[in-house]
Amino acid sequence: MAGSTLEIKNLHVSIEGNEILKGVNLTIKGGEFHAVMGPNGTGKSTLASAIMGHPKFEITEGSITLDGEDVLEMEVDERARAGLFLGMQYPSEISGVTTSDFLRSSINAKRGEGNEISLMKFIKEMDEALDFLEIDKNMAQRYLNEGFSGGEKKRNEILQLMLLKPEIAILDEIDSGLDIDALKVVSKGINKMREDNFGCLIITHYQRLLNYITPDQVHVMMQGRVVKSGGPELAQRLEAEGYEWIKEELGIEDETVGQNA
Amino acid sequence: MAKNVPEIDGYKYGFHDKDVSVFRTERGLTKTVVEEISRMKEEPEWMLEERLKALDIFYSKPMPQWGGDLNGLDFDEIVYYVKPSEKQGRTWDEVPAEIKETFDRLGIPEAEQKYLAGVSAQYESEVVYQSLEKDLEELGIIFTDTDSALKKHEDLFKEYFGKVIPASDNKFSALNTAVWSGGSFIYVPKGVKATAPLQAYFRINSENMGQFERTLIIVDEGASVHYVEGCTAPVFTTNSLHSAVVEIFVKRDGYCRYTTIQNWANNVYNLVTKRATCDENATMEWIDGNMGSKLTMKYPSVLLRGEGARGMTISIALAGKGQHQDAGAKMYHLAPNTSSSIVSKSISKQGGKVTYRGIVHFGRKAEGARSNIECDTLILDNESTSDTIPYNEIYNDNISLEHEAKVSKVSEEQLFYLMSRGIGEQEATDMIVMGFIEPFTRELPMEYAVEMNRLISYEMEGSIG
Repeated sequence: MAGSTLEIKNLHVSIEGNEILKGVNLTIKGGEFHAVMGPNGTGKSTLASAIMGHPKFEITEGSITLDGEDVLEMEVDERARAGLFLGMQYPSEISGVTTSDFLRSSINAKRGEGNEISLMKFIKEMDEALDFLEIDKNMAQRYLNEGFSGGEKKRNEILQLMLLKPEIAILDEIDSGLDIDALKVVSKGINKMREDNFGCLIITHYQRLLNYITPDQVHVMMQGRVVKSGGPELAQRLEAEGYEWIKEELGIEDETVGQNA
Repeated sequence: MAKNVPEIDGYKYGFHDKDVSVFRTERGLTKTVVEEISRMKEEPEWMLEERLKALDIFYSKPMPQWGGDLNGLDFDEIVYYVKPSEKQGRTWDEVPAEIKETFDRLGIPEAEQKYLAGVSAQYESEVVYQSLEKDLEELGIIFTDTDSALKKHEDLFKEYFGKVIPASDNKFSALNTAVWSGGSFIYVPKGVKATAPLQAYFRINSENMGQFERTLIIVDEGASVHYVEGCTAPVFTTNSLHSAVVEIFVKRDGYCRYTTIQNWANNVYNLVTKRATCDENATMEWIDGNMGSKLTMKYPSVLLRGEGARGMTISIALAGKGQHQDAGAKMYHLAPNTSSSIVSKSISKQGGKVTYRGIVHFGRKAEGARSNIECDTLILDNESTSDTIPYNEIYNDNISLEHEAKVSKVSEEQLFYLMSRGIGEQEATDMIVMGFIEPFTRELPMEYAVEMNRLISYEMEGSIG
């Protein structure tokens, strides 16, 4: 079997007592690229954060498993070490911690004690990835995300993705705030990851990212559920016609999570 | 995501060796005790007179009613002088084995190999081991313990002793002047630049014993020096007192940096007076790290007396359970175009209390002077507290003063971000805290920075969840 399988079943998620996700079902396998699309306020980012275990979100029902292992029982760091990765929409700034120290700590956390990456190998891999993503090498010595432009932060997320080599990555609005050149570079990084052992869930509300990354499956979220799934052609139709036709088809008036069909 | 992290009891360097002292005074402070100290040290008459005058001042001054709680401090329970061994160690081989073992555990010999030009390590009240590298001596730099300096360089000593911090300055400077023992004495002659830092290691190792070291540094015109001291003390159940006085004179175009890392046991009252004076175009930098102790009250000061003089203080304070760090800095702009900068980083956890207390004074002559103050506090839990008490005294219109204060908590988002890359909660917290104090650590010599991070990491254990 190639790669890992992330299985999300009937996932219900609340924040401060308000239910945001109302039964999400998704299965992502190694080698597959999935795109989750949908207007703002439909629960896409909640799904990403809940999979990674953000403490703000409470899982009230359903399950998430990675190769059969119960992800919901794991701490955030355990999920990462099990092979999950979340590329964040708003990466935190950590003052006083250089990007390169952080990267090395992350890589070593995954590799485990006694199996740390050698400094030379780390520098070589990091330099290659920096070049590939057309990032100024000085960034490695800057404090993590501090004073980074929006584009730099997103490239930094992809840099981490490339160096950490997770089994399954969730990329939350990785395209937001990017100009066209940065979008191309970020897409190039994600495409380079494509192989049988890597699965990816790309969350976006613009189709434009999908001009550069071709998803195997496209899912549309509304009202905290996946309401429609299809192939790449679904994304193209959304680009051309917007979301209205789906709402009409399904009889949805307000697609945001506060509403019920 | 809270997890139980095992709490480690006691104190990392909380071992103490068998007492090898050969002489100690009775507990409590009397005229006889002061006379005995001076007699044991075979001091000149004028020094004894200074001590006795200071003792009267100490008796006459009330306990400070501001800052921290000093009620647990009992002057009658303290031993004011302990002489650890008969003679001073000149080479490492001559140092008594037990004392050496203590130093070994503190990593002093390694430190020497890598960085030291000269070592002066204080064990109990007196410097027992001291070596000066040849080139320092050839440059004319005097680096010795303060007791020896009084004997060998009496004129120089007398010219500067008590001139920037008189006994009458405060109750604890009076106490120190009455009973002082040990400390470092440095003189750097005109135009001489000490290329490697001069270092000393201080340590209290006798229950109830106060440590009253007296440090005097004179940087002559155009000269430069970096002095480093690190402190660590063993755990004892009754209160200890550390009350040092540090006086520094930086002459025209001179440069002095004084780096301290103090890590006292949790029962130590750490009440220190540090002050430097800067002549024209001179620079004084205090790099001051305060960890441990029951109460620390310490405000390194710079008197900017000459035109264009510069003062800087970068400090960190960490207060845990039952601890209060009342620390800060004082900058006195007394001449035109003087400048100063204060960076204070405080961390409180497990009910600890940190207070930034500082004064920036611009005198009438401080035309064109400027000062920049940055006070940041990181609070790790809801039981811990912080206070910022800045005083600004401005007697000149043409000055510039910037003050920035920030209080933050380790944010859920930051922890989530680091943990989402596989880093455990404890390590993630460490990273955030170490990042917070990085502006301090980056100023330290490399191996002190490493030690500092190790201590912080140790202190953070059990402080989350």
